[in-house]
Amino acid sequence: MQITSMHFKARAGKKLADVKLQAALRKLQSNFVKGRADRILELDNFEDIRAAAAAIRDRALASLDVWLEEFERNATARGAVVHWAETTEEANRIVCELAAKYDVRKAVKSKSMVSEECALNDALEAAGVEVVETDLGEYILQLAHEAPSHIVAPVVHKSRDEVSDLFEEKHKLPRKTGIPDLCREAREMLRPHFLSADMGISGANFIIAETGSTLIVTNEGNGRMVTTLPRVHVAITGIEKVVPTLEDVTTLLRLLPRHGTGQSITNYVSLTTGVKGDGDLDGPQHFHIILIDAGRTKLIGSDMQAMLRCIRCGACMNHCPVYQNVGGHAYGWVYPGPMGSILTPIYAGLENALDLPNASTLCNQCGVVCPVKIPLPDLMRKLREKQFERGLKPWPERFGLALWGWAARRPVLYAALSMMGVRLLAWMGGAAKLIHNLPFGGGWSGGRDLPAPQGKTFRELYRQHKRIDRINRTQQD
Amino acid sequence: MSARNNILRRIRALQGKPPSPTAGEREAVRAYLQTRARSPRPAADGEPATRFHERALSLASTCDDVAAAAHIPAAVADYLRKNDLPMRAVCWPAWAALDWAGSGVAVEARGARSDDLVGITGAFCAIAETGTLMMVSGAATPAAASLLPETHIAIVSRARIVRGMEEAWQLLRAEHAVMPRAVNFISGPSRTADIEQTVSLGAHGPYRVHIILVP
Ligand code: SF4
Repeated sequence: MQITSMHFKARAGKKLADVKLQAALRKLQSNFVKGRADRILELDNFEDIRAAAAAIRDRALASLDVWLEEFERNATARGAVVHWAETTEEANRIVCELAAKYDVRKAVKSKSMVSEECALNDALEAAGVEVVETDLGEYILQLAHEAPSHIVAPVVHKSRDEVSDLFEEKHKLPRKTGIPDLCREAREMLRPHFLSADMGISGANFIIAETGSTLIVTNEGNGRMVTTLPRVHVAITGIEKVVPTLEDVTTLLRLLPRHGTGQSITNYVSLTTGVKGDGDLDGPQHFHIILIDAGRTKLIGSDMQAMLRCIRCGACMNHCPVYQNVGGHAYGWVYPGPMGSILTPIYAGLENALDLPNASTLCNQCGVVCPVKIPLPDLMRKLREKQFERGLKPWPERFGLALWGWAARRPVLYAALSMMGVRLLAWMGGAAKLIHNLPFGGGWSGGRDLPAPQGKTFRELYRQHKRIDRINRTQQD
Repeated sequence: MSARNNILRRIRALQGKPPSPTAGEREAVRAYLQTRARSPRPAADGEPATRFHERALSLASTCDDVAAAAHIPAAVADYLRKNDLPMRAVCWPAWAALDWAGSGVAVEARGARSDDLVGITGAFCAIAETGTLMMVSGAATPAAASLLPETHIAIVSRARIVRGMEEAWQLLRAEHAVMPRAVNFISGPSRTADIEQTVSLGAHGPYRVHIILVP
């Protein structure tokens, strides 16, 4: 996917003013945030399970190469073919070659964020293959030529009316307005595609070393169709998704749906292992698994390796006050929210995503909810340091900080300057004690008012209180 | 195979390890696989069959209980009639011999087609913790019968309701020497909440999942 993260600030401003988007984002909060809170109450030992989940992911990453080889061996033994791709381009090339080899005219896809990283659809279409997204959200986006704005609920930014208009225009059927009717219409449009497709393309939430299986969690059932009906199945996923055993994946499955959509379990959890057996009535004849690096090894062995524990549940974005206000598109690449603010600069280049590690208040809501205990704010702070070290910060910021540092090392001057500043801001706030327009801070006060300071600095107040204290004490004595 | 070797070597180099795995590393992986260590899980809450029933209902499945396999056709006929569904179904071969005609249901044992409206299957086992059915694909247990029809009726033996997924894996390993091509956990009718976060049942898979428990 084309990266546009460099435009974060400009986009964020527009998104804040988008009334429809704001309404959609509020719903996300009330459903997913509340859903998670309710569902984790079902686990009497939630924190133990969470610690175990983090340990499972760490165990896989600590011996990543050996687990991957184990996975490859077991998958191959069952008739799957495992491919490796260092870059997204390589992954696309492999899929296109497979499409040519098996004479594929149409491919149906279930949701895969890795394939979004690759912009696989564009590559396949350029190779003359018709690609149909079958997850309802992704299908809507494909019709609208838009990118997903959330990793779990890709079309969260669109209203029902917009979907009605889109379906009416593209399906050329009478306009439907009820959500069940819209879903039924999509089902009826997509069913023939499942039946006629030559290739099914899926992602994998996990790959299991012990059995050589790929696992997907879905609610709609399209993932099952894609991996059951076409004669070729291609699963494309990142190398970090490996998990040692079925027991391990069970623990992760207790957390993923609870944190993602607020479900105890998704409707379907589907493991696919190898190809159609003798006498089987269904299943693909050919099964190819593509394991991609595309930046993941940049995290290996670094002080940020913990990021690779991520199980893509989306909880960090659902709980992020920045995501909740600007939505996913502002982030400008496949992964939004806190996890995206870390992955995008690493996968797509620090210089292409300067704002993202800073698009956070470091409030640690994300770190608190992450089911695999990724210290997301710490990682963002590390990226900020890296940006600074590499001189990637814009000059006003560097200059401003240098100036502040200079003054802060001179306490008398600093006290005088801050006293003046506080009084100036208090005066600007007027009777309402609110600043509508902050000079040099238009970006901040454009969307909201700045509460004005009360007119005294902390140090002044501290000194004042100490004095009162002393007087009180002498009076008592 | 150069991408493969590059990736694996890179991982090792970045983790400060020699270029290829030592015997010790491989042994550690093998040993871990053998332990099949279980992690902490929530306390078992109630008797498995009761818990399964409750959880299945909460997932929008429906449940029925029959005293013997011979009563299945009547229970199916009853369910279809009550829900105004066609009295015609496709089923797994294991259920073909029941007296369907006697209950007025036309049942064929074959692979499911897209226009089949009712699919009757068994289940490998059922999981109490979440109210989930576990399906294992095979020549006699095709996956499409629980997927293509708008109504899925699953016949589940009460004796095969296990506490959690851990027990289900144990059962699978005991009864299947190799991992079946498809293992599907089904937790209620297919659904989507992609439009305005509003749940709608029957996305691409069944609109209804009806579970008939047999002894
Ligand atoms: S970083 Fe944590 S919370 Fe965010 S998507 Fe990944 S696993 Fe979920």
